[in-house]
Amino acid sequence: MTTNDTIRIDDVEIPFTPGQTIMEAALAAGQYIPHLCHYPGLPPSGNCRLCVVETGNRSVAACTTPAMAGQQICSDTPELNEARKAITQMLFVEGNHICPSCEKTGNCKLQAIAYHLGMLDEHFPQFYQRREIDASHPDILLDRSRCILCDLCVRASRDVDQKNVFAIAGRGTDAHLIANSSSGKLADTSMAVTDLAARICPVGAILIKEQGYQVPIGQRIYDRQTIRETGLQEQIAKPPQE
Amino acid sequence: MNKSKIKIATTSLAGCFGCHMSFLDMDERLAGLLEQVEFDRSPFTDIKHCGRCDIGLIEGGVCNAENVHVLREFRTHCKILVAMGACAINGGVPAMRNYFDLQDCLEEVYLRGTNVTHPRIPDDPELPLLLDKVYPVSEIVPVDYFLPGCPPSADAFLQLLQPLLIGQKPDIASIRLHYD
Repeated sequence: MTTNDTIRIDDVEIPFTPGQTIMEAALAAGQYIPHLCHYPGLPPSGNCRLCVVETGNRSVAACTTPAMAGQQICSDTPELNEARKAITQMLFVEGNHICPSCEKTGNCKLQAIAYHLGMLDEHFPQFYQRREIDASHPDILLDRSRCILCDLCVRASRDVDQKNVFAIAGRGTDAHLIANSSSGKLADTSMAVTDLAARICPVGAILIKEQGYQVPIGQRIYDRQTIRETGLQEQIAKPPQE
Repeated sequence: MNKSKIKIATTSLAGCFGCHMSFLDMDERLAGLLEQVEFDRSPFTDIKHCGRCDIGLIEGGVCNAENVHVLREFRTHCKILVAMGACAINGGVPAMRNYFDLQDCLEEVYLRGTNVTHPRIPDDPELPLLLDKVYPVSEIVPVDYFLPGCPPSADAFLQLLQPLLIGQKPDIASIRLHYD
């Protein structure tokens, strides 16, 4: 396998191994590309679109586009960051993202991305969609009104936990997270608080019960670090059977 | 009195007055600020209606008919209108009532609530009617600047006001943002 293949992102030469996506090569080389639905170790999904980059006069998702030798890529440009901000604003108005009343505040990737992009307001009219809360599980709360449909929990439950607890159902703005049990309730799935799917949610949609507001303001994840820093550190825990 | 003082008006719509308290958290820096600005209509003054102003600071979302009138008065009279705080920017915590039916909310409080002795939804015309939903300020009138936070810090207020006082655009995004 050749290891001297390289791509260029914003004038930085980045090595890659064939088969890697632009995102995987960039993160491995310490080059941050904003993302919400990408997580190292899980198959890419390509649904948040925050990792949009430009290559060869096209806009592509860095998380699903294979790296190719000699590729010239623009990522950290004012235009792309404005587009990313608009996408983030869309995610905010579509759900209930009232940070002052959310226990994920300070530890939330959606919020941290918005800080990173300098989002001051939500620009678009609010949807105020009411979506069902599932509090049936003894240890885990599902608040769909905060779900951004990144489907990280779907992939984590299927590929790492080997439980297939979640799926996305419905079309268009009706798309929503469902629990794969005959009752549709989380309590009737095999989900456990130790599952990766219980902890990978980037926002306040899947919460561990009775754990809120335990970290003082100033010591929460994004009080101490930027999402750029945490995004470069993330590594998935290896599945137990490997 | 210096005639060139910048005129600032402030108001709280569907707010909790927390943004105004955070404004006062500028502490002794307020003394320096008052050498450059004077307050028009504001909860800090006794002025009943907004005159010509340079800057209007709006706290709170828009939840009833009177809020709409006050907000439009501010937009008409203020050159620069600032939505300050989470409520003014996206409706904030009060907008969580938007997930429920308004009539249900009123009945729960005034008819079915605990310890209600004379069940009746207030209907005097003196009282402003609630809107169907709580709205962000920018869905009613155009807004020039947004100052996030619940509430914004005193430092954030200074970051906003200092450039405005010398006729420059504030760069709020460069400060340490928070929405909570």
